[in-house]
Amino acid sequence: MDILSLLANGFAVALTPQNLMLAFLGCFLGTLMGALPGLGPANGVAILIPIAFSLGLGPTPSLILLTSVYYGAMYGGRISSILLNIPGDEPAMMTCIDGYPMAQQGKAGQALSLSGIASFVGAFFATCGLVMLAPQLVKIALLFGPAEYFVLFTVAFATLGGITSTNQAKSAFAAALGLGIAMIGSDSQTGSQRFTFDHIHLYDGIDFLIAIVGLFALSEVFIFLEHHRSGSVTSSNVPKVTKILPDLKMLKSCIPTITRGTGLGFFAGVLPGAGASLGSFLAYSLEKQTVDRDGKTFGKGDPRGVAAPEAGNNAASGGALVPMLALGVPGSGTTAVLLAVLLQLNITPGPLLFTKNPDVVWGLIAALFIANFMLLAMNIPLVSLFTRVLLVPTRILMPVVAMISFVGIYSITGSTFDVMLMVGFGLAGWLLRKLEVPLVPVILGILLGNQMEVNMRRAMTISDGEWSVFVGSPLAIVLWIIAIAGFVLPMLYGRKVKARMEAASKEEIVKN
Amino acid sequence: MSDRIFGGFGLALAVFYIWAASIIKDSFMVDVIGPRAFPYIVGSVLFICSLYFIVRPDDEPKWPALNGLMEIMVGAAVLFVYSWALPEIGFLISTVFATAYLTWRLGTTPLWSFVTGVGTSVGIYVVFHLILGLSLAKGPFGI
Repeated sequence: MDILSLLANGFAVALTPQNLMLAFLGCFLGTLMGALPGLGPANGVAILIPIAFSLGLGPTPSLILLTSVYYGAMYGGRISSILLNIPGDEPAMMTCIDGYPMAQQGKAGQALSLSGIASFVGAFFATCGLVMLAPQLVKIALLFGPAEYFVLFTVAFATLGGITSTNQAKSAFAAALGLGIAMIGSDSQTGSQRFTFDHIHLYDGIDFLIAIVGLFALSEVFIFLEHHRSGSVTSSNVPKVTKILPDLKMLKSCIPTITRGTGLGFFAGVLPGAGASLGSFLAYSLEKQTVDRDGKTFGKGDPRGVAAPEAGNNAASGGALVPMLALGVPGSGTTAVLLAVLLQLNITPGPLLFTKNPDVVWGLIAALFIANFMLLAMNIPLVSLFTRVLLVPTRILMPVVAMISFVGIYSITGSTFDVMLMVGFGLAGWLLRKLEVPLVPVILGILLGNQMEVNMRRAMTISDGEWSVFVGSPLAIVLWIIAIAGFVLPMLYGRKVKARMEAASKEEIVKN
Repeated sequence: MSDRIFGGFGLALAVFYIWAASIIKDSFMVDVIGPRAFPYIVGSVLFICSLYFIVRPDDEPKWPALNGLMEIMVGAAVLFVYSWALPEIGFLISTVFATAYLTWRLGTTPLWSFVTGVGTSVGIYVVFHLILGLSLAKGPFGI
C-alpha cells in the first residue's frame, strides 16, 4: 500500500494545470516526431532538452514534458509504417509488415486505431510493471558499493550492443570513445586538468548535450544531404483514412495477441541491451508462431500482426525505464537521452533517487499514466491530423530541425565554440554511422564516464589499492558473468538474429 | 579497406590519448590510483579495438560518390560558417541563408528555398524568442 500512497502523491504533482499542459504538448510533439520518418524518439527528445532548460522549467515539469515526448514518439512511429510502409522509427519496423497491407485494403483507419489501442495497453501495463518492479530493483541496488557500481556500468556497456550487434569491437570502441571524451576537463577528485591542452573552452569538459544533439540530430541532416532528392518521402498516395474506429469483433480477436505482446515487450525492455526494437520483433514473431504457423494470413494484413508489435514496442519502452530509474543505467538510446535529462537537472538516477526525490520519481510515473490516456485520446480521433503532417516534405523539414538544434544549443551555451563543436560531432556521427559504429555507446560513455571513474577510484581507495576488490563480492561476480555473457553471446548469435530480422522485413518488401 | 584505415586512425588516436594521459599533472590532492589510471584503461580499449579492425575488417560500407561527399563537406562548411556568423550578423539574417542553403540542396527550387528560409527564420524567432523568451544571437540591428 506504500506504493499506492506514493503514487497518489505523484498524481498530485502531475495534475497541476502547468504539468498537464506540458504533458499534452509533449504527447503532441512526440507523436509528430515519431510519425515523421527520420526523426526517432531519441532525436526528438535530444533536440528538445536544451529548449526545455532554456525555458527555465523545474526538474519535474521538464521531465514530464520530455518523457511525454518519449511515449508519444513510440505511439507515432506506427503512423508512417501503416500508411507509407516506411517505419517512423526503428521499433515500428515490424508494424509495416501487416499494417501497410491493411492500409492498401482500405482498412488504414482500423489499422491505426487498433494499433493505437494496442500501444495504449502495452504502455499502460508496462507503466504498472514499472511501478511494481522498480522499487524491488532499488532494494537490490542499495546493496551496491562503489566496486559493484563500477561493474554495473561495465555491464551496461557490454550489453548495450544488444543481441543484434554484429561487431562487438565496434561497440566497445564506441564506448571507449565516449568514456574518453568524458575525461576531458578538470578531474573531479583532484582538480588536475586533463586533455585540455590549456584550451580554456575545455576546462569544464564537453557538455553532453552538444554531443547528443550533434551525434543524433545533425548527423541525420548529413545523411539526408548525402541522399539528397531521394530523401523526400512524400508521396501523394497517402491512403485516405476513413473509418477510424475498429469494429469490436476485430478488437476482441486481438485481446490475447495484445496480452502476449505486452508481456514479451516489457520483459525485453527491462533486460539490458534489448530495447523496443527487439520487443516488437519478439512480439511479432512469437505471435506468428502461435496463431499462424503456416504463414496464411500474416504479412497480408492480419490485424493481429499490427497489434502484436505495437503492444510489444510500447511495453518495451515502459520496461526500459525500470533499469534507467532504479539503477541509473539505461539500456537503449532513447533512455540514454532521458538519463541526460536527469543529469542536466542535477538529479542522479539510481536507488537514492527514490528516497531523496520521491516527488520527481512518482510525479514522473504519474505523468506517464496521464500521458498514456492523452495519447490514446489523441491518437484515435486526431489520427488524420497527424497523417497530414506526413505531407510536409523532408527537404523542408530537415533544415527546420537542424535550425532548432542550433537554437537550443546556442541558447544554453551562448558560445560559438560549442556550436561549432556540435557541427563537428554531427560530421563525426555521420562518419561513424557509415562505418557501422553504434552511436548510443558513445553517448552513454560521455554520460556515465565520470561516475564510472569516480566509483572505480572510490573502490580502490576503500580497498587501499587492491584491484581484487572488483571481484570481492558475490554480487560483483554475478555482474561480471552477466557482462561477459552479454558481450560474448552476440558474437555467437548476433549475425543469426539480425539476419532473421532483416529477412522478415525483406520478405515483406518482396510481397509488395 | 575502410575499416583498416579507420583502425589506423583509431591506433593513432589511442596512442595520442595515452600520451596525453601520461602528461596529466598531479595536483596537491592525491588519491590511491590518481587521475591517470582510468584514461589509461580507456586508451588501451581503444588500442585493442583498433587492432581488431585492422586484423578483421568488416565489409566495405557504401560510400557516397564524390559529389555526395562534396555535398556533405560543403554542407558542414556552411554550418560552420553559420555558427561563426551567429553572433556577428545575428540569428535572423544568418538563419535565412543557412536554411535556404540546406533546403535548396535537399531539392527545392532556389526561390522556394529562400522563402522557406525566411519563413523558418521568422517562425523560430517568433515562437522561441518572442513567445518562449529564449535568448537568440543578437546582430548589429539588435535582432
